[in-house]
Amino acid sequence: MKPKFLVGGVVILIALGYMIWAGVTQSAVYFVTPTELTAAPVAGKAYRLGGLVAPGSLKWEPRTLDLSFTLSDGTATVPVRHKGTPPDLFGESRGAVVEGSWVADGYFRATLIMAKHSEEYKAPHDSSAAGYKELIKTLRGDGR
Amino acid sequence: MTAELGFGMTVVALVLAVYGGAAAGIGARTGRATLVESAQHAALGVFVLITACFALLTYAFLTFDFSVRYVATNTNLGTPFYYRITGVWGALEGSIILWSWMLAFYTVIVVLRHRATARELYPWALATMLGILAFFLLVMTVAAPPFQRQMPVPADGRGLNPLLEDTGMITHPVALYLGFTGCTVPFAFAMAALITGRVGDAWLTLTRRWAIVAWYFLSLGLLIGGWWSYHVLGWGGYWAWDPVENAAFMPWLTGTAFLHSVMIQERRRMLKLWNISLVILTFSLTLFGTFLTRSGVIASVHSFTQGAIGILFLSFLALVLLTALGLVAWRWEALRSQGDLDSVVSRESAFLLNNVLLVAAAFTVFFGTVFPLLSEAVRGVKVSVGAPFFNQVNVPLFLSLIFLMGVGPLIAWRRASLDNLARNFLWPVVLGVVAAAAAFFLGVRSLLAAVAFATAAFVLATIVLDFGRATRARLRVGESLLPAMGGLVRRHNRRYGGLVVHLGILIIALGVTGSQAWSVQTEMTLRPGEAAELAGYRVRFDGLTAVEESNHFKVIGAFTVSNGRTLGVLRPAKKFYPQEQSPIAYVDYRLGLKEDIYLVLGDFARDGQQATVKLQVNRLVSWIWIGGAVLTLGALLAILPDRRAAA
Repeated sequence: MKPKFLVGGVVILIALGYMIWAGVTQSAVYFVTPTELTAAPVAGKAYRLGGLVAPGSLKWEPRTLDLSFTLSDGTATVPVRHKGTPPDLFGESRGAVVEGSWVADGYFRATLIMAKHSEEYKAPHDSSAAGYKELIKTLRGDGR
Repeated sequence: MTAELGFGMTVVALVLAVYGGAAAGIGARTGRATLVESAQHAALGVFVLITACFALLTYAFLTFDFSVRYVATNTNLGTPFYYRITGVWGALEGSIILWSWMLAFYTVIVVLRHRATARELYPWALATMLGILAFFLLVMTVAAPPFQRQMPVPADGRGLNPLLEDTGMITHPVALYLGFTGCTVPFAFAMAALITGRVGDAWLTLTRRWAIVAWYFLSLGLLIGGWWSYHVLGWGGYWAWDPVENAAFMPWLTGTAFLHSVMIQERRRMLKLWNISLVILTFSLTLFGTFLTRSGVIASVHSFTQGAIGILFLSFLALVLLTALGLVAWRWEALRSQGDLDSVVSRESAFLLNNVLLVAAAFTVFFGTVFPLLSEAVRGVKVSVGAPFFNQVNVPLFLSLIFLMGVGPLIAWRRASLDNLARNFLWPVVLGVVAAAAAFFLGVRSLLAAVAFATAAFVLATIVLDFGRATRARLRVGESLLPAMGGLVRRHNRRYGGLVVHLGILIIALGVTGSQAWSVQTEMTLRPGEAAELAGYRVRFDGLTAVEESNHFKVIGAFTVSNGRTLGVLRPAKKFYPQEQSPIAYVDYRLGLKEDIYLVLGDFARDGQQATVKLQVNRLVSWIWIGGAVLTLGALLAILPDRRAAA
């Protein structure tokens, strides 16, 4: 009986190995910086691109859901386009990681945007609170 | 004062744990019962001290004692009462206390339950548990001290991570940690078995129920985690293959394998080595998971990144693995099987295959989780594999496992005859085929969904067949229907508890299949009065309002949902916490058995004249939670004391 189990085990191992190999090759996402990407962009390859959202580059069209911005690492910049609402924690001069692919027309099409959460301690300060209070006032004024 | 007292108690607890571990070990080796007794007192002392530490920290949270750094970073004057309590374990330091406290609790129960009944194994198990406890107390003293002072004392604290302000956070970490720490008990007895050379069935019988307890809590923790992810995180899913989720899922998989392979050893005296290895693996994976999520090696959405603690955990993991493997090598001869597999078509084989598949699944999860590290080390490029990898590899594994759930409980031991196969599986197979055909005629065009439904129908039929037969046998001896069913479940609680768990898994699998195959979503920007339409629903934007809560501001959107008739108003919101840089989404939803309507407020205009929403219609997701409830009930049933022994 032993050989049968051995054969079964080998078959399972080969199948598992194949599934893992296929899974990795099909869903591998390469981590790159803007410098690395601009040096050798491959259209259609899946990338995860990390950088800082360049000040003044962020454009958001709520009616069409078009979001565009530039990711920079200090030496190179990559224009990014995305369809959808910017996530919480996302903004100019903040870190962001986008997943998607390079389009031959010369921009990065992001399918997923992840804003980087800063771990640093930040004491609550009055200016932001005042900003929110004003926001509430505006909304209340319009709502009632 | 609080801080010094707390730190002092931690140090004393550490010393006691080290002493107790040594005393129990020496007592076991020399046979001096007084030493073991002294170790018991030490264990009790450790439990009392950690309880006091925990109470002290909770008190510091409740009284806003911002002189304690941990309190100041995880709470502020606006934090509501409940979240001041859950804030205690809202970050690294507190979660280590919670972990140690539970481990100490388990240790005390082990002392109470087993000190009289397992004279040979128990002292070594106690020594192991106290040793592990000493490690966690060391972490609490050196790497992540919860009672660190902060000077000068701030006027207000920073506040809890807003995502953790949720009722799920009361139960999720508690359940998960009870599961993680619960895995220590079988490990401790496995070590005791290896050290004493009593690697027979005694340690298995002792730890079987412990393993189910740990498994129950792990399952509960995973389920509540999924629910939290679904209703708090606002991305519309319940499982993301995030490293933290994977960290909890891996020991669950190997633990599940152990619960099944135990039965083969009990019945056929086989797989001793395998069972010991599974217990070691499961416990190591709980440590590895903590290392993974607490060290920040792999960036994850909800890991509390901390550097130094990683080295400690990795070293301890290495120590545990080396010791355990060394002991296994030492007892190699004794661990060899006495029985042998007779036939490929038998219950042993089905269970063996189930084990291989579960461990394979655990391995793929492990591989996918550490892949970025591997690729960076080997090829110098950082490559990650995301959810598609995990889904692609695991779906066939899980479908096969579900199929085996139907086969395992009914197929004959040793060698199944054709007659046995026909008697047990003819009707279930027919039903499976009918289910696939029915799904096809009802318009299901996804091959995967059709296969999933066919498999589920097959397994369901085997469960009903098994239960029906056993009930009929009891009816024949003159019992009436309900007492017959009840008596059956009570007398064979482990078997039927297991079958109920299987039923729960089936229901969860249906929910997962349905939500993956048929959920739809859209995203739109609306002006007041405008509506988004999806899958027969109309969601009209009525306007925005704002409110001020104790510790945050909230902008709430009102959306009227209708499908021909008005169903109600959904109020998703965005919460602005002063201490956070950005708002946090607050999801609103309408749950249903067939589908959930799930609405997230994305962006909005400050004048209230425009709002961007993400609308999802998620199919069959509720069945995941229903299945989860069934599963936990089944596990509880299996934990109940065995009535057969008493009767």
